[in-house]
Amino acid sequence: MGLAKRIIPCMDVTDGRVVKGVNFLALRDAGDPVEIAKRYDDQGADELTFLDITASSDNRGLLLHIIEEVASQVFIPLTVGGGVREVEDVRRLLNAGADKVSINTTAVLNPNMVRDAAARFGSQCIVVAIDAKKVDNQAYEWEVFTHGGRKPTGLDALKWAEYMVSLGAGELLVTSMDRDGTKIGFNNPLNKAISDAVEVPIIASGGVGNLQHLVDGIVLGGADAVLAASIFHYGEYTVQQAKQYMQKCGIEVRL
Amino acid sequence: MQKVDIAVVDYGMGNLRSVSKAVEHVASGKSVVVTSDPEVIQNAERVVFPGQGAMPDCMRELDARDLHSVIIDAAKNKPFLGICIGMQLLFDHSEEGDTAGLGLLKGDVKRFVTDQMFDTKGDKLKVPHMGWNQVYQSITHPLWANIEDAARFYHVHSYYAAPLDSVVTAGETEYPNRFTSAVARDNIFATQFHVEKSAQAGLQLLSNFVNWKP
Repeated sequence: MGLAKRIIPCMDVTDGRVVKGVNFLALRDAGDPVEIAKRYDDQGADELTFLDITASSDNRGLLLHIIEEVASQVFIPLTVGGGVREVEDVRRLLNAGADKVSINTTAVLNPNMVRDAAARFGSQCIVVAIDAKKVDNQAYEWEVFTHGGRKPTGLDALKWAEYMVSLGAGELLVTSMDRDGTKIGFNNPLNKAISDAVEVPIIASGGVGNLQHLVDGIVLGGADAVLAASIFHYGEYTVQQAKQYMQKCGIEVRL
Repeated sequence: MQKVDIAVVDYGMGNLRSVSKAVEHVASGKSVVVTSDPEVIQNAERVVFPGQGAMPDCMRELDARDLHSVIIDAAKNKPFLGICIGMQLLFDHSEEGDTAGLGLLKGDVKRFVTDQMFDTKGDKLKVPHMGWNQVYQSITHPLWANIEDAARFYHVHSYYAAPLDSVVTAGETEYPNRFTSAVARDNIFATQFHVEKSAQAGLQLLSNFVNWKP
């Protein structure tokens, strides 16, 4: 017995509501974030992740308020990401009650921000989110994309992962852009390659459609945690059911 | 000056909202104050000493706020709960930045040696040690009341304390070897894991602390 693999329900939040899209498009309403967070906590979620997908900065305050609400009622780790541009944004989110902050596009535009945030607040609260897509390229197999998967960066996802860890990232959230919202399973070769390349934990994300996908993400993809959204939001499975299934498959979970 | 029931020590290192919210949740009717005021800490009935980030920064910030002696005094005289770096700081010394600690407990804080760490399936173990791991209770203690042995708590750390005298070990976690994840001596209790983020088990421990009469 020992460290449990984690299940992390993820909530994409815009205008104060949880939504879910397919391949980063076509949003569908899934409910109130505070209510959903409490439900997942009751079901035994190991952590919760909130991604602010609000396009404009006008409604950023709304998310801070949601995080404050959740943090005063739910006592498991909370990760918040989306639109984190400067060290000051990290401070604001941590003060609102986030335990970790996920940095994505800004890490590419300004890698020093990752270093500065890790130096100031500690690596334990700095998650770097890597959106990767398989590319037809001699030099590398997976490329980093930004801006919700729209902009290619020319960066090799594996090298990028190593670089981010060297700057102080304490955890990597790896999302396969080809899989997100598709329900065909994680990109396990991508996750495995990154997991083997770095010392820090990896959260696999993008593409979960059934409980076997969660198991595969850990067994085949070498992930330390698995993140999923739609299979939980619409009541297909509870977190508890997912954990029971994983345990049956020989994976250590917190039940 | 108003006398507070529970002072959560703020020395500029990390997020104290989680800690104060969790303490408030189990301490209804009691005053919980996040403070860096030495006088408030001195007059508080009990003290929670959290900590995040790197130990050299923590020691520096503690000194910059003139809290060094106040913390030592509190740890000697009133119910005192250290959390994460707040536990590591109680020891003599840390490998992290070769830093001297408060010296209340004998021993060193060491880093996990990553290239020698594998689980039972042969997979390499990640550092930081992050997530829900089981805590084996080494002793009977009021702060373990109503918490099952081997209950899971949320850990996030790359360094761990190695007490010189195992008599202070109150709990152990395996990663992959057993290390001391909780210590107890007199009115001090401290945990490497984050009680404020450990759901029911963590809230129970905090509740036990709030009602503890050492």
